[in-house]
Amino acid sequence: MIGNSPPINYIPIFIFIAVSLAFGIGTLVLSYFVQVRVNDPEKLSTYECGSEPISDARNPFPARYYIIAMLFVIFDVEVAFLYPWAVVFNKIGLFGLIEMIIFIALFLVAYVYAWKKGGLEWD
Amino acid sequence: MELGITILVTVLQIAAVLGVVLTHVAYLTYAERKILSDMQDRLGPMEVGPHGLLQPLADGLKLFFKEDIIPAGANKIIFSAAPILVLVPALIGFAVVPFGRDSLQIGAIEITPYITDINIGLLYILAFSSLGAYGILLGGWASNSKYSLLGGLRSAAQVISYELPLGLALVGPILLSESLSLTDMTVAQGGGIWRWFIVSQPVAFVIYMICAIAETNRLPFDLPEAESELVAGFFTEYSGMRFSFFFLAEYANMILVSCIAVVAFLGGWQAPLPALEFIPPIVWFLAKVYFLLFFYIWLRATVPRLRFDQLMAFGWKVMLPIALVNVLLTSIVKYFLNQWAEK
Amino acid sequence: MAAQLLFFYFGGVTIAGAIVAVTSRNIVYSALSLLVAFIHIAGIYVLLNAEFIAAVQILVYAGAILVLYLFVLMLFNPSEEKLYLHKQAKVGIFLGVVVLFMMLFAGYKTEIIGKGGPLTAQAVKEMGHTRVIGNALFTDYLFPFEVASLILLVAMFGAIVLAGRGVHRKKGPAGRIDLSYRDKLPKKSSETPEEVIVGR
Repeated sequence: MIGNSPPINYIPIFIFIAVSLAFGIGTLVLSYFVQVRVNDPEKLSTYECGSEPISDARNPFPARYYIIAMLFVIFDVEVAFLYPWAVVFNKIGLFGLIEMIIFIALFLVAYVYAWKKGGLEWD
Repeated sequence: MELGITILVTVLQIAAVLGVVLTHVAYLTYAERKILSDMQDRLGPMEVGPHGLLQPLADGLKLFFKEDIIPAGANKIIFSAAPILVLVPALIGFAVVPFGRDSLQIGAIEITPYITDINIGLLYILAFSSLGAYGILLGGWASNSKYSLLGGLRSAAQVISYELPLGLALVGPILLSESLSLTDMTVAQGGGIWRWFIVSQPVAFVIYMICAIAETNRLPFDLPEAESELVAGFFTEYSGMRFSFFFLAEYANMILVSCIAVVAFLGGWQAPLPALEFIPPIVWFLAKVYFLLFFYIWLRATVPRLRFDQLMAFGWKVMLPIALVNVLLTSIVKYFLNQWAEK
Repeated sequence: MAAQLLFFYFGGVTIAGAIVAVTSRNIVYSALSLLVAFIHIAGIYVLLNAEFIAAVQILVYAGAILVLYLFVLMLFNPSEEKLYLHKQAKVGIFLGVVVLFMMLFAGYKTEIIGKGGPLTAQAVKEMGHTRVIGNALFTDYLFPFEVASLILLVAMFGAIVLAGRGVHRKKGPAGRIDLSYRDKLPKKSSETPEEVIVGR
């Protein structure tokens, strides 16, 4: 099944990803060998405006970030549905238009609900 | 044998594109400093070379030879991987950007003005640029510094929030060109400036530009690295080459989003008037990209920074609904125009 | 031949990434190896000419869902896990084996292999995968599509309800700064004025 029509267009992309990864890692490794390293505990300590760092930096942070990420996942899936629709828009005509209006209406319901419930607030 | 030659040509193309992009990144930093200093009535870099022209080279060399510090509490593996995770998505987007119209024919070998043309070009760029959030988030977390963690979180939240209206704004041009391929999109805008999608999609263009600035963490949306409150944001603890990767990625992203804006809204390599077609397409393409980049720098010199809650509210409560309504209106108008054209 | 090699590369890395994801002691490493696995799954889709699915795989799974995971992981401040395998591991392995056999059985029963509709890999490639998906989704599979949007709506309600506690957090009086952390700080020299410790 795979051999019938190989995705030739994508081979440059595979190569490009490999080349840029190699560029990134290669530069870091090269730089590692030419740089001068003098370690001392003060230099390696975490920056905190010059004072002694207090406690671990990885404190729990507000749940708000988590809510935003959750809303993002849901809306992202909805937006992903719009691309195939936009590409075949002329072919599917009125039918497709009405379908998408319903879809976007539901999207808006979800959006308004999230807004009303304070999911979009940031205090 | 033929496959070998094709792959060789591809590799050379990739090397050329990477070289051009990285040179542009270097000189974009120079241009930014020069333009900013001009706007602020000072000289900017003047020491290295005539008018400071060799400054980017000196900066690059300095960063290359500088010590890469891994702070004591950091997670070494993730701390080292994060800059690469930011840089790679910023670079590979250029694989599908069509820089010009004509292919170069040398004997039997055809060199196209793009590395490859895939059916989902735009989606490919969007997909990989959404991975940029990882490097920021992980870099901030791995540093084990409060500034870095806060900056990384803020930055990631900002990047994902503005990705939605950005994706929605691009649905407009996709509707009009009926393709996700950047080449098809450019061809669909041929024939003059009035055919460019900026004319029929001005709202989408404005949304795209604003979101693109937010996505690249540029002023006035550079909260994650707000110097006055978070020192340097998620790369506070980074130094040397790893620091320069974050820098490289930011500027490469700037160029990439400008390229997409040019292709999706400003006609790509098309000349604004048929009479001006004697100028090579690649010149038009570069001119438009340079204009947008100048616009970015201009904004930086002009607009003050937003507050973080304003920034998030703006993305979710203003940009998202406008982008959504724009998609709806565009599709309805397009449907009726199609009906009208058939009669 | 080259396609086969690529398939084994993508498949192998996907499996390796998935294994690291469930066995790693550090959950941030798990998330990273899951990212690697997701990207390589997209590679397998590309080999099947399913380019749209490949892009959505990266856009949604790698670019959105895994970012959510990372946020959650960081919210709970992960430290190195002491346990290599949890108590739930037995249940997980059992369920995994059951699902694997169900999938193998379904594949065996439905004769996917060898059966071809009008949309062969060749046809999909000529037409463009996004177009094929769009045509199918907005004509034949109209109902599932609208149901999908309803499911997303329900997911949104669920997300907001789940997050309810965070959303309705009580706000303190404006401008009041919580200074209770000062009691937890180690006492330094008594001469230090308190204003210096607090900030402004």
